[in-house]
Amino acid sequence: MATAQVVRSEWTKIRSVASTVWTLSLAVVVTIALGMLISALSKSEFDGMSERDQLAFDPTFISFAGTSLGQLAMIVFGVLVVGNEYSSGMIRTSLAAVPRRGSFLFSKIAVATALAFVVAMITSFATFFLGQAMLGDLKASIGDPGVLRAVIGGGLYMTLIAMFSMGVAAMLRSPMLSLGILMPFFFLISNILGNVPATEKVGRFLPDQAGSRIMQVVTPVDDDVPYGPWGGLGIMVLWVIVSLIGGYVVLKRRDA
Amino acid sequence: MIEAVGLTKRYGDKTAVYNLSFQVRPGAVTGFLGPNGSGKSTTMRMILGLDNPTAGHVTIGGHPYRKLPNAARHVGALLDAKAVHGGRAARNHLLSLAQLSGIPARRVDEVLGVVGLQDVAKRRSKGFSLGMGQRLGIAAALLGDPQVLLFDEPVNGLDPEGIHWVRNLMKALAAEGRTVFVSSHLMSEMALTADHLIVIGRGQLLADMSVTEFISANSADFARVRTPDSEPQLREKLTGALTEAGGHVLPEQDGALRVTGLPLPRISDIAHGSDVRLWELSPHQASLEEAYMRMTQGAVDYRSTADQKAGLQQPLPPGAQPPMPVPGQGQPGWYAPPPPQQGGQPFAAAQGAPGHAPAGPYGAPAAPGAPPANPYAAQQPPRPSGPAAPAPAPPAASPAPLPASAPVTNPTKPEDAR
Repeated sequence: MATAQVVRSEWTKIRSVASTVWTLSLAVVVTIALGMLISALSKSEFDGMSERDQLAFDPTFISFAGTSLGQLAMIVFGVLVVGNEYSSGMIRTSLAAVPRRGSFLFSKIAVATALAFVVAMITSFATFFLGQAMLGDLKASIGDPGVLRAVIGGGLYMTLIAMFSMGVAAMLRSPMLSLGILMPFFFLISNILGNVPATEKVGRFLPDQAGSRIMQVVTPVDDDVPYGPWGGLGIMVLWVIVSLIGGYVVLKRRDA
Repeated sequence: MIEAVGLTKRYGDKTAVYNLSFQVRPGAVTGFLGPNGSGKSTTMRMILGLDNPTAGHVTIGGHPYRKLPNAARHVGALLDAKAVHGGRAARNHLLSLAQLSGIPARRVDEVLGVVGLQDVAKRRSKGFSLGMGQRLGIAAALLGDPQVLLFDEPVNGLDPEGIHWVRNLMKALAAEGRTVFVSSHLMSEMALTADHLIVIGRGQLLADMSVTEFISANSADFARVRTPDSEPQLREKLTGALTEAGGHVLPEQDGALRVTGLPLPRISDIAHGSDVRLWELSPHQASLEEAYMRMTQGAVDYRSTADQKAGLQQPLPPGAQPPMPVPGQGQPGWYAPPPPQQGGQPFAAAQGAPGHAPAGPYGAPAAPGAPPANPYAAQQPPRPSGPAAPAPAPPAASPAPLPASAPVTNPTKPEDAR
């Protein structure tokens, strides 16, 4: 009952700021547009690819190419939902009204996650179908083995990225600091760590590297990644849980 | 009822609040006074369970805040008027807070009307003035119709009409039997609003008493003495004689003397004894603001120094004279009975030995926090008459005060001020 009140209040908060609409629509547009663009480019270059590359061609994964940029908008959404409480000082008003800090934080995260989930699922299906439309005769069908899993996984991946950002923002208590760390990390550092041979084995356990595995349908040739699609998503879920627990502990312990 | 017991808060090695114990009772407006940085807001945050005390505890109605069931229906608080998301409309801000404690949306429109923001309810609070922000914060505090209300500096940024409104609002809330706890650094504001005062400085309790008690206990009386304006040497003579007799003499801007530490009859006797005629000898009470300043002056963290402007001054050409300061201007601290010391540190010697140390013609003040026993307090009621009465009144036609008198009787000042 008390939680229902907090959830309703958080819904009012989240729908009454412009940043929610902006970040989420940016995530949708960027993911879909970039996915369509890369799909179209891949189709035109397919004939020039080596046989090895043609064998590993994964039309589903190609259409999700936009998530690498679209996830950044999801990160901004997650960070702002939590971090704005701190930057505006609203957190003191909120916590004065909800002294039970756990129910405050998790209601907030639940509402934001639910919204992110809906948007991410719509994005994921839209980007798949529109991407496949760009691929012409190379396209995969939603009924092909593993494809539906990849499309649903794409939505889960975007949702989990937003949740992870919320946990980080709750730990760092500042939107600027959180964005300053998360954006370069997911845009650059994680990709570098995951692609440089020396750090590859560690890099593939990072949340985005592990989680994005769910969107692959065709396993690359001589793949030695030690987890499958759901295993990868499980690793990402572990990261999310750690960040949320961290955020909860910080909120519980520290002065507001 | 708010009750704090041994409340202590340390941030690293800085102690913000130390061993604070007080009670805030229902049915009265309790003012919470202290200079900037004295720990008022920290205490408020601890009351609301936002900060955890290092030691001690504070309860509302017997419960720690975090254990209160549906806290927002019992306690309303205005902590920081700027603590709203600027992109959210005023009504939505209040609506989200109302929903948190299960308050119907109808109530939001009610409080918007109470604080006079109904016309800007749909506007984003980003564009609000400080005064509108304060009103929004007060609206948030009133949402749950709580029995306990906390306001941190509620009149900041309000126009006179708004200040008047807040004052009446608080009195009305207290009259309904609620507990109203208001912080401020303005004594004059609290004197008009509060029934009871809790004064802190550097995080420690300085006073916990009713406003009337505070006034009678702290407003030191002084005597205003005026010697004939035409004879400045009489003024000097009297100053010397009064200081010798144990009084503290502070010259006032218009040439009169402010005397503390001596009862009126004694001043008159001394004047008579040293053959000085008096044009005026009158009892006065220092204002509440002065009493408060005196009480907290030892506990002020941030204090300005006199602006010497040395960094701006060009070196004087050889042989040139520095400009003389205008008497009475730029001299710090004309307000309080403990008078300025030499140089730009009006209160530097206040912590030191009382009595008349080498402190120039003003004498030295008593230690802060322990106001000197008021010599008038006991002796005033039996009004002196006859021989002890003020010196015979001079003829009414008095010459205009000589502007030069202040620097003459106060030879240290022009040099010391620079």
